[in-house]
Amino acid sequence: MENVENIVLNVSGVQKTFGGLQALSNINLKIEEGKTHAIIGPNGAGKSTLLNVCVGKLAPDSGTVKFGDVILTGKTPYEINQLGVVRVFQTPEIFPELTLLQNVIVPALAKRDGEFKFNAFGRLFGEKELVGEAEHVLEDLGLENQMHDISASMSRGDKRRLELAMCLIQHPKLLLLDEPTAGMARHDTNRTIDILKRIKSRGMTKVIIEHDMHVVFSLADHISVLAQGAIIADGTPDEVRGNPKVQEAYLGGAHL
Amino acid sequence: MNSQSLKSELLLMVAFSAAVLTMPIWMEPFGAAYPDLLQKFAIFGIFAIGYNILFGMTGYLSFGHAAFLGVGSYTAVWSFKLLTMNVIPAVIFGTALAGLFAVVIGFISLRRSGIYFSILTLAFAQMSYNLAYSVLTPITNGETSLQLANNDPRILDAASVSGSGLPSTELFGEKMSGYPGFYFCAVLLIIGFYVSLRIFRSPFGLKLAAIKSNQTRMSYTGFNTRPYLLAAFVISGMYAGLAGSLMAVTDPLAGAERMQWTASGEVVLMTILGGVGTLFGPLLGAGLIKYFENIFSSYNEQVLHEIFSFLPDLLENVMVFIVNPFVGEGWHLTLGALFMVVVIFLPGGIMEGFNRILTWIKKDHSKPKDGGAKIKTRPSEG
Repeated sequence: MENVENIVLNVSGVQKTFGGLQALSNINLKIEEGKTHAIIGPNGAGKSTLLNVCVGKLAPDSGTVKFGDVILTGKTPYEINQLGVVRVFQTPEIFPELTLLQNVIVPALAKRDGEFKFNAFGRLFGEKELVGEAEHVLEDLGLENQMHDISASMSRGDKRRLELAMCLIQHPKLLLLDEPTAGMARHDTNRTIDILKRIKSRGMTKVIIEHDMHVVFSLADHISVLAQGAIIADGTPDEVRGNPKVQEAYLGGAHL
Repeated sequence: MNSQSLKSELLLMVAFSAAVLTMPIWMEPFGAAYPDLLQKFAIFGIFAIGYNILFGMTGYLSFGHAAFLGVGSYTAVWSFKLLTMNVIPAVIFGTALAGLFAVVIGFISLRRSGIYFSILTLAFAQMSYNLAYSVLTPITNGETSLQLANNDPRILDAASVSGSGLPSTELFGEKMSGYPGFYFCAVLLIIGFYVSLRIFRSPFGLKLAAIKSNQTRMSYTGFNTRPYLLAAFVISGMYAGLAGSLMAVTDPLAGAERMQWTASGEVVLMTILGGVGTLFGPLLGAGLIKYFENIFSSYNEQVLHEIFSFLPDLLENVMVFIVNPFVGEGWHLTLGALFMVVVIFLPGGIMEGFNRILTWIKKDHSKPKDGGAKIKTRPSEG
């Protein structure tokens, strides 16, 4: 395939069982720099488990996940985040009691301060640069009008966009998205696709797990298909579209 | 955020300092303007402000903060016994040693969250309480409680020993009982409040609020949450230690009952009553509870008869009969009823009540602000 230098994330031989269930069996996956890599598959195929292994939420039974030269397996979620691997959750994980602006400032602080810094006597209102950047990111995602509102009262689509803003302000090297458009209305979905396309043009590497084929085929450069914990197909969108095994497993024979 | 400028901070501090320092004047109509009670207001104010930094900002409910209060008291008395009657070393050592204790207890207790964390802190406090009565009697003097004695070494004061009877605590010659004692506590309360204000408005404070809001998100956002929680725990432990040492400053003896679980529970009540996570709430709660404890408890039937003497005889007797169980020995009943009313109707404490009134007043003039009462973690009362 491509030369090794371009590989951002390298998943090799990852296995994971829950009780008697083989959730992931011998997964090998290489994510290239600057590409949008989609992972698709039917419910229960192991997509989220794979993502959880990547961000340190779950430890694999065997195998390793490498980010550049660094082995992620065995690291804590915050260490992995500090390396530049940032995740968007399937159900939006935000700080519901805080305002939108505060929601975005917190990850910006993580980027600047590292995993721990005791800055109890700094003044938040004095952090002009940080606040400015946070406002800019919110504007970028069209949330600037509600930035002083408490985030708990937002719609689900807005919450997801807020979470995306929280991830983007950290300028991740690798962005992992778990069904970024699940539960969204069509116009919200299209809006998210536009945003993700814009990010792509800035050269950010993304792994995206998605059910919605409309989203997958509008964004992905490369698709891996998971079924029953194994990768059954891997290739460009056109290759995957034409693969009969994929149609069998995932689409029940329907046309893509 | 825009209203939180340096100017507003200064204004707030000036107003707060003025309010605290003039307490002997404006507490007069409430019958609370005597030094003993004013000292208690200031001391428990410090205790509650500090407790709020842990419970209010991170949501971790500690049931063992009285242990730090006790440590602060014992350390201060030992400083009076061994070093000097000057209160400065006593306060510094009391605060520092409580902080050290908090590092150890916090390090262990913070391995768990929720109810398990509360139980662990409770266990530690009860352990300290029982140890103070048993194996630690050489340090704590057990049930007779730790007191000053004439033959204490007081190595730094040795040159100036004079007169008979027990020496009293002093700050460069000024005796720390009565009003000077109150003003000393009041100054420390103002400093303590300022520190808490700065923490509330700092990046660190925002991170604590975020931990309270969604700890999982915090770790996926790149924060190691445990040192943050430990820092908050230690800071609040040091506030408790400071409060404990001030108790010894105003009355130089230390007993183990200060560490009992009821004392830990009291500070929880103060914080919830006033408003968890608000800047002023814990102070109000502390003031209110101490007021009830000292004023309501002193009412008896005779006082009630005087209060209701403007009524016809029969009505007077009926009123006294109704009110009597709620005062004197029964002041706990009033407090309990008040606590229930607040928790049921104003879960955000008295501060939520204030905020609701403010929004209600503002409603006619301008659009209500974005749910000021709801932002428990970043109060807008500034």
